[in-house]
Amino acid sequence: MTELLERIGFLQQGPFSVPRWEALFASMDLLWDGALVTLLVASLGLALALALGTIIGVMSASQWKIPRALARAYVEFYQNTPLLIQVFMIFNAIPILFTGMFIPVITIGILGVGMYHGAYIAEVVRAGIQSIGRGQLEAAISQGFGYIGAMRYIIIPQAMRVVLPPLTNQAVSLIKNTSVLAVIAGGDLMYAGDAFAGRYGHYGPTYIVVGLLYFVMCFPLARLARRLESRSKVA
Amino acid sequence: MDAFVNNPVVEMLQDPVLYIGLGNGLMLTLEIAAISIVLSSLFGTIIGAMRYSGLPVISQIATTYIEVIRNLPQILLILVSYFVLGLPGKWAAVIGLTIYTTAIIAEVIRGGLNSVPTGQWEAARSQGFSFLQSMWYIVLPPAVVKMIPPIVSQFVTVIKDSSFAMVIGAGELMFKGQILAGKYWRPSQIITIYVVISLTYFAINFAISTVARRLQKKLSVGRGSIGN
Repeated sequence: MTELLERIGFLQQGPFSVPRWEALFASMDLLWDGALVTLLVASLGLALALALGTIIGVMSASQWKIPRALARAYVEFYQNTPLLIQVFMIFNAIPILFTGMFIPVITIGILGVGMYHGAYIAEVVRAGIQSIGRGQLEAAISQGFGYIGAMRYIIIPQAMRVVLPPLTNQAVSLIKNTSVLAVIAGGDLMYAGDAFAGRYGHYGPTYIVVGLLYFVMCFPLARLARRLESRSKVA
Repeated sequence: MDAFVNNPVVEMLQDPVLYIGLGNGLMLTLEIAAISIVLSSLFGTIIGAMRYSGLPVISQIATTYIEVIRNLPQILLILVSYFVLGLPGKWAAVIGLTIYTTAIIAEVIRGGLNSVPTGQWEAARSQGFSFLQSMWYIVLPPAVVKMIPPIVSQFVTVIKDSSFAMVIGAGELMFKGQILAGKYWRPSQIITIYVVISLTYFAINFAISTVARRLQKKLSVGRGSIGN
């Protein structure tokens, strides 16, 4: 059997040869560690994005001019500039603003994806709020709710149904975008894969496995988004 | 006055090398983005139509492509194009972006076509329109109006994501910025370079989004009554 394998050239040489796969599987720990960092950055980044997105989304749906203008400025800036430059800005700005302060690269990643996707989530939240008729807000306020109270108890619970499918899609994009950490040596899955592939030249197998791991993280969420979408259409 | 003359940021801003470097980078960014946008619009339409067709094998191939590619990071696709496919920097960026954007555009095309109720098809066919005529005169006009906002926001994403080509040193705007940041290494200079780059991306993308918003408003006039 091994003799037969040795005769088949491309299994012994070339970008996808058996020795390359063996080397990769011997170092899988590196990729597992990277995947854990990716999951950590993604979950904390998503928490930040949800918090920012809700606040800014409510601001941009409000009837007051100044909060609305601030929210618009935030959304337009973050949606129209690359995530990569935002990450570099944070990377370079923090040591200047807070002299001598050291922040771990992972934190930069969390701030980067959190603030970037916060802008997208803000738009989702705004659309969700605006999908609820004005009458609802007026009715709530006439019943003695304040603006915040009306949002909290009347508008947001109803808007959730409109908001959930695009929100889930944002979570998928956020997971994928944590890969920018690779550029600033963030220790995430993309970085781990790229570092390993680059050191020994095992690009083929490494990228396949890295891709598979990202797929495993994203696909279930993408499916969930699809299901929520068809459900909200029926309702 | 002295403080102004010796200011490292002012000194940097007077150096033509800065503008030549960033200018060249911007040209490559726009080139990479433009080619990717054209190619992925073409392939995206084909794959989207394949999925919409519902034909057994053809639509399954399209669905598999879309579902796999949508769940992979852009950077990975660019790295694969560069290291595994062995393409030169610029084309690795173009192909990496195209592989991904094709899947997104395909979904937008399918979503737009699906948004037209089947009754419209049946009505058109019953009035003697052929398949192509029904598509062209009845189904496409409202579908295209629906497709414009997501497609344009995807074009903006392509321009932004072309910055990922930095990882393979393709020499686009972001990469040129990094090189200049090596020459002008003071923190105030680095931040200034990044601000200039951000504003450049912002100006281009904001202009595109604004034009698209106007266009969509103009096209959807008089179409609001039925089906919306």
